[in-house]
Amino acid sequence: MAVVLPTAGALRRPVAAGPWHRALRQLLRRRAAMFGLAIVLLFVAMAVFAPWVAPQDPVATSWGAIRKAPSAAHWFGTDEIGRDVLSRVIWGTRASLLAGVVSVSISLLLGVPIGLAAGFVGGMVDALISRLTDAFLSCPFLILAIALAAFLGPSLSNAMIAIGVSATPIFVRLTRAQVINVKVEDFVEAARALGNPPWRIALRHVLPNVTAPLIVQATLAIAAAVIAEASLSFLGLGQQPPDPSWGSMLNTAKNYVDQAPWMAVWPGLAIFLLVLSFNLVGDGLRDALDPRQI
Amino acid sequence: MTEYLLKRLAQVVPTLVFVSMLIFGLQQLLPGDPAKILAGEEQDPSVIAHLREKLHLDEPLPIRYAYWVGGVFRGDLGESVRTQQPVLELVLQKLPVTIQLGLMAFTIALLIGIPTGIAAAVGRGTWWDSAANAVALWGISTPNFWLGILLILLFSVQLGWLPASGYVSPFEDWRANLASMIMPAFVLGNALAGVLMRHTRSAMLQVLSSDYVRTARAKGLNESTVILKHALRNALTPVITLGALELGTLLSGAVLTEQVFSIPGFGKLIVDAVFNRDYAVVQGVVLVTATAYITLSLLADLAYFVVNPRLQS
Repeated sequence: MAVVLPTAGALRRPVAAGPWHRALRQLLRRRAAMFGLAIVLLFVAMAVFAPWVAPQDPVATSWGAIRKAPSAAHWFGTDEIGRDVLSRVIWGTRASLLAGVVSVSISLLLGVPIGLAAGFVGGMVDALISRLTDAFLSCPFLILAIALAAFLGPSLSNAMIAIGVSATPIFVRLTRAQVINVKVEDFVEAARALGNPPWRIALRHVLPNVTAPLIVQATLAIAAAVIAEASLSFLGLGQQPPDPSWGSMLNTAKNYVDQAPWMAVWPGLAIFLLVLSFNLVGDGLRDALDPRQI
Repeated sequence: MTEYLLKRLAQVVPTLVFVSMLIFGLQQLLPGDPAKILAGEEQDPSVIAHLREKLHLDEPLPIRYAYWVGGVFRGDLGESVRTQQPVLELVLQKLPVTIQLGLMAFTIALLIGIPTGIAAAVGRGTWWDSAANAVALWGISTPNFWLGILLILLFSVQLGWLPASGYVSPFEDWRANLASMIMPAFVLGNALAGVLMRHTRSAMLQVLSSDYVRTARAKGLNESTVILKHALRNALTPVITLGALELGTLLSGAVLTEQVFSIPGFGKLIVDAVFNRDYAVVQGVVLVTATAYITLSLLADLAYFVVNPRLQS
């Protein structure tokens, strides 16, 4: 039987778009998700270029400008010791984004391997990990984060650890559920039949096929982590003064709500916009990565 | 039913054991000697020695855990370093306030979340759907402590209609109680409303595409009867059971809401305990919260099992 070899032209022909490419195209078509992404990128730029963007030093006090209403000199007004609110909001972006990204990275680094082990190994390992996960999930997220932050001591880094550890069980449970579905697929059976060791099957064949829901969950978890960091800082367990953080700015602002409402409006609006944007991107990713759409 | 109940209880017991280990383990995170930390700034040697003996700090970790769990079983969650009151007593004193706040918030969440969820599902793809989704996104993305401050600014500072903070017992004056609780309850219910709206929308969409709804429409029933009598009744069951599982969201939110409105509830208790380094109270609050959550999850599961004939078969 003659074997027909592909011609050079056929080899150069573009390959049909893969699922990730199609998902990206789906995402690009979603206006709300694109709006969210644009706002997130704006906040990232603000955090990176804060020293150049902020009009003033965020910790410089001015006794001659205490609780001044928004004006040409101070677009967002000043706080109770004369610091420029706009500069503090811009610098505060760093704490929020850092907390969001670092704590979700901690959750992923802990949660994915544990969930992978539970789902892939099964049996007693799965039972033990599942009961531990249930135990963590029984403690409300913020209450557990407060307790951890309280015992670790108040600081931004401890708040990030507390948020990351508290959010880990969600990633354990999600990874486990996805792995259980994927490990019975034919391609995994084929990899096993070829004599691949279990660790290789888990890392090379199973893990890449469970990443889509993890990406969606990570995006939504960043939104939750931003609120959690702001909440801990609001309670005095996150970023410590005088370093700016949106949560701690709101904590101070609540004492001056009748005299200087602008102190509360801007940091709160910044939290709302950043969280909303991550939620929009997360929702868009969920729809774009939905197999029914692809 | 009995088999299902036993199976669920068998899952609950190890979970409770792990929860107790987790909460006991929190104490191990304290840097240095827990007795010295708990003794406060004065570092009185007799107090340190007393604490070391009381907390069995010279014993190995498993023995200390056994003593602690034994105490929990007897209702002894330790003693507040600050007030010298038993932790359980403190928790039980504060709990009714948070329960009232939680129930009011849950009612508000149901009143907002369910109608918007129905509107979104019935008018899928229309501006109703977009508006309801916007309500949900607003609820999920708004930090409740910020919303609390904005409402204080509007209703207390600008309009003078409601008190900015404080709490009045309903047994003293129910009108003043309502006035002091309505804003915090709305703030707390707002986040939950977003979640309930999404649950309702997805449950309604599923039910509206089912055969019996199509049959009801084919029989010529008017649309409101189909939606309210046939679809909603079936869609609400998972919504309410899922809603009950949002207790964690409510309790987490209550910590912040009570702080903003100075309500002397459960949430304020844990925050005050954190700042007074009253670690036994922090552990007690987390333990009671987790136990309440596990119990409620079990009850929600059982309720779902009872009302869902397919699960029973």
